[in-house]
Amino acid sequence: MTILSYLKALNRAVADEMERDPAVCVFGEDVRVAVTNVTAGLVKRFGEERVLDMPISEQAFTGIATGAAMAGRRPLIEYQIPALLFIAFEQIVNQAHKFSLMTGGQISVPVTYLIPSSGSRDGWAGQHSDHPYSLFAHVGVKTAVPATPADAYGLLVTAIRDDDPVVVFAPAGAMGRRADVDLAQLAPIPLGVGRIHRPGTDVTVVAIGHLVHDALEVAEELSGTIDVEVFDPRSVYPFDWQGLAASLERTGRLVVIDDSNRSCGIGGEILATAAEQMRLVAPPKRITRPDGAVLPFAEGLDRALQPTREQLRHAIHGVMKAGATG
Amino acid sequence: MPGSVAPASASAASPSPDPAALYRTVRLIRRFEERAVELVRAGEVFGGIHPYTGQEAIAAGTCGALRADDLITSTHRGHGHVLAKGADPARMMAEIAGRATGLNRGRGGSMHAADFGVGILGANAIVGAAAPIATGAAWAARCAGSDRVVVTYFGDGAVSQGVVLETFNMAALWRAPVIFVCENNGFATTTRTQDAVAGSITGRAEAFGIPAERVWGMDPEAVYAATARAVARARSGEGPTLLECETYRYDAHHTWEHAARPRYRTPEEVELGRSVDPLDIQGARIDAGVRARIDAEVDVLLDEAVRFALESPRPDPATALDFLYADGTTARAGAL
Ligand SMILES: Cc1ncc(C[n+]2csc(CCOP(=O)(O)OP(=O)(O)O)c2C)c(N)n1
Repeated sequence: MTILSYLKALNRAVADEMERDPAVCVFGEDVRVAVTNVTAGLVKRFGEERVLDMPISEQAFTGIATGAAMAGRRPLIEYQIPALLFIAFEQIVNQAHKFSLMTGGQISVPVTYLIPSSGSRDGWAGQHSDHPYSLFAHVGVKTAVPATPADAYGLLVTAIRDDDPVVVFAPAGAMGRRADVDLAQLAPIPLGVGRIHRPGTDVTVVAIGHLVHDALEVAEELSGTIDVEVFDPRSVYPFDWQGLAASLERTGRLVVIDDSNRSCGIGGEILATAAEQMRLVAPPKRITRPDGAVLPFAEGLDRALQPTREQLRHAIHGVMKAGATG
Repeated sequence: MPGSVAPASASAASPSPDPAALYRTVRLIRRFEERAVELVRAGEVFGGIHPYTGQEAIAAGTCGALRADDLITSTHRGHGHVLAKGADPARMMAEIAGRATGLNRGRGGSMHAADFGVGILGANAIVGAAAPIATGAAWAARCAGSDRVVVTYFGDGAVSQGVVLETFNMAALWRAPVIFVCENNGFATTTRTQDAVAGSITGRAEAFGIPAERVWGMDPEAVYAATARAVARARSGEGPTLLECETYRYDAHHTWEHAARPRYRTPEEVELGRSVDPLDIQGARIDAGVRARIDAEVDVLLDEAVRFALESPRPDPATALDFLYADGTTARAGAL
């Protein structure tokens, strides 16, 4: 077994795929010296033809990746900050994502969009702290949010091999994670297949990205009084609805913890789908950022808008009580 | 399969233009647009079209100077480019009419017509958005060792889009084999070019070190000659060129304009603009008998195209989300 960090897992996934498939190339700002470390060592191994530093022109290089993909390459773009997705949104959503349908299936666009350190990072304030995975799920772009090093490796490999555009969010809160893994066991992980990190019988907690680790800690604290199942969908689009339904068959109670904004966020979608189609013995609850949140600079303010373990504990107790009386 | 574009072709473009072939393309586009407008009026086209009438010399001249395996991207006013590059007029007409037999199986319509088999990477309805896509394809083609070039068309309106200027910068830095063809028809919808473009269009490219040329866009042979020079530059690794083709749009911005009738140009101005006709300019260069034969052939072809389109089935609504994902991922229904 080896200790593998989340960051190293991303780096390894990109390197392995570049090794396996010469069509894979990397676009991004400062990727040659690897300021984020995700692309460390790649220029040395694969040359400057396959690891390209880009000007500060997110719209253009996102569109260039689309064209390159149409001509046979499989670009992976690294964005330095999640907010750049808003600049590139046109080229991802309106162009890359729509091409397959609009052309009647003549072409698909195999580009991977990787956002290392998405979400709140200390002191980065309003324009650097977004975590916009729900937006991509809303428009139907395949979107993964891995929580662990092995999942980061497996989902990124899958994204690169996928023939459609895929966005991979690596939450800032998960980037420092390390795990003891058998490197030989690292493998692609399909999109749309969730993972039960901890089985339980009383309540299902759906946690996304780094919040999986918070959920596991809370579940541990509560063990003995409440038996919590922690379900990590791993990709928010496609979503593992079957896996969730199976979990709710066992528990009948649902809490979602999701680091995106409340209104029209994936948390709302999970609650709605469960309410429409799955077994619930108590009204479900969700913990999210507030509606339309912009994370303020001051530490206390930033933290005040993010989902917390305290809120999760409270919500779990709430659904247990409602289930008991209802 | 992702990344499949037109097969490589051995045939090089002719070093000098074939006047009859250029005339035929202009005539084909003109008649195609006229027949398409008839279908719009008859209610057979859902939504309408942006007619290319008046601008045909640009599509004919540029595509005439390309090889079959070169690539193009097009615009909301894209029928001419798509036809000139070699798409089947019948399947193009069927696409506009939203039929299952269309180039895009009825999923794209007028503004998204694509035919990867003949090197058309899609018409694009977002002004300026195809410029980086073309540049990416050009870059990837060169990396793959081919000497293909890519032509990307856009209007004068697009030169105020940031993404186009970002793309100029990168195409120049990389010496990408891409040719930027700006069709300056004097208007972006109703806004005059001089009211929207500070400085000059050629100057914008020149600022990035991209050679730029103004071309009389009513003359197919002038466009052909300028394109041939740009193609030679691109194939020999010297990088991008911008061609600003001056032209005139005969018809409304879009067929809805006949209903809304916005006033932005006088009837006199339109009459003057229409008095210069690429059909006449190119037609005068060929034998009258040849011209008459081409006209007749094109009419037969388009009768057949319209018949094919109208007799073709409409796509099954149950398949409305087919082709969204390459691997067949299915989207959940909106209602249960
Ligand atoms: C980015 C963007 N903004 C606005 C529109 C709406 N629109 C469609 S065509 C058009 C005018 C484009 O003018 P120009 O580029 O000169 O091309 P032309 O219509 O003259 O061929 C506009 C504003 C759009 N499609 N995309």
